[in-house]
Amino acid sequence: MALAKRIVPALDVKNGRVVKGINFLNLQDVGDPVEIAKAYQDAGADELVFLDISATLEGRTTMIDMIERVSSVVFMPLTAGGGVTDLNGIRQIIKAGADKVFLNSAAVKQPKLILQGAEVFGSQAIVGAIDAKWDEPAGIYRVYIAGGTKPTDLNALTWAQTMVDYGAGELLVTSMDADGTKDGYDVKLYQALNDVVKVPIVASGGAGKIQDFTEVFQDGHVDAALAASVFHYNEIAIPFLKQQLYDEGIPMRR
Amino acid sequence: MSIVIVDYGAGNVRNVIKAMAYVGLSAKLTQNPTDILSADGIVIPGVGAFKSAMDQINDYQLLKPIQQAAKKGIPILGVCLGMQLLFDSSTEFGQTTGFGLIPGTVEQLPKNTPFKVPQMGWNQNNVSINNVMTSGIKDEYTYFVHSYYAKTEAKYIAASVDYGVIVPSLVIKDNIIGAQFHPEKSGDVGLRVWQAFATLVQEKVASS
Repeated sequence: MALAKRIVPALDVKNGRVVKGINFLNLQDVGDPVEIAKAYQDAGADELVFLDISATLEGRTTMIDMIERVSSVVFMPLTAGGGVTDLNGIRQIIKAGADKVFLNSAAVKQPKLILQGAEVFGSQAIVGAIDAKWDEPAGIYRVYIAGGTKPTDLNALTWAQTMVDYGAGELLVTSMDADGTKDGYDVKLYQALNDVVKVPIVASGGAGKIQDFTEVFQDGHVDAALAASVFHYNEIAIPFLKQQLYDEGIPMRR
Repeated sequence: MSIVIVDYGAGNVRNVIKAMAYVGLSAKLTQNPTDILSADGIVIPGVGAFKSAMDQINDYQLLKPIQQAAKKGIPILGVCLGMQLLFDSSTEFGQTTGFGLIPGTVEQLPKNTPFKVPQMGWNQNNVSINNVMTSGIKDEYTYFVHSYYAKTEAKYIAASVDYGVIVPSLVIKDNIIGAQFHPEKSGDVGLRVWQAFATLVQEKVASS
């Protein structure tokens, strides 16, 4: 068997709480990150991604504490990020128990942060996060920063290569065109990325049905598929999803 | 039962402590040779590079105590890089001598194959030697993050995964055990590995 493809629920965190809440598996407290992470571990998720959307320093501190608590009772790979701007931020998150930290806007402003992080913690701990949107007139996937609000001059494919050159061990790439549509992942984007980089790619944005996962694994050749709402609202149950994908011939940990 | 985790400044030992605590094992972090020699069980953690890890271990003068403990029959569990350190040598950043507790070398996963390096993710274990350490991982997936792998004799390979090459995932030579995967990140299956190690340590304590 080959390495299993990963199914990755993503959680938005604000002030140490999961926002919007998770509506499945009879949680007592729908916003408690520890309870949610445990439920996802039991459901067979392969990894969890925490996106910190706290705007305050206090919110960040609470997130560090949250990772500490989650990693004390949940034993699976944890990735965290959002608003990380320096090496100390990376260090705090890893020290708290995360295995990987993703860098987005800060890496665009200061690519050397990837290098510093990779030198201290290893490439496997540094994930390059990219928000990309197809720019028809320019004919490129354009990189956006600041939570997708600010366009840059960067071509996502070139930037992906640059991040890997700086030492990113994995890429987490969100298609802003697909995100929120539930019409499927942007398979073409991932095919293009696979032609330029050799590191694992996590696809994000667009998951709405099981077929979307099949396509992004079989045609997009990604290593992992991230999704939020379809899991949080139990529109797709992870054990069922994994069984279906396995039956399609996609290697899955079940 | 006293279990120590050798603290040579390597990566994230706290996740190892948390997983052990979760299954009821309290482990002491130490760089004291006396602690190592008087322990009932020893864990060698590790994230990072072979050479810098060996440099640290030599700086702290921990190699001799670990080798002596091994000779005394104290169960030793190396995890990930800690497993690789158990072998004779590694080619990572030039030739570096390891602990020499299990015959074999550590080499880079082959590049220019369809398999990405590092191997990062869940892979399925094929158990070739049935014992207390492998009973919980038979056909189960465990979590791997590594660019180098051990090359050793089949008789020491208790379990392996297929990654284009055969990657030993659990190696055993007498009281020396190494796990290439991260039991502290492998869910319930991983927790079973810590419990199995505790069982081994208990058996050893009871028999001596």
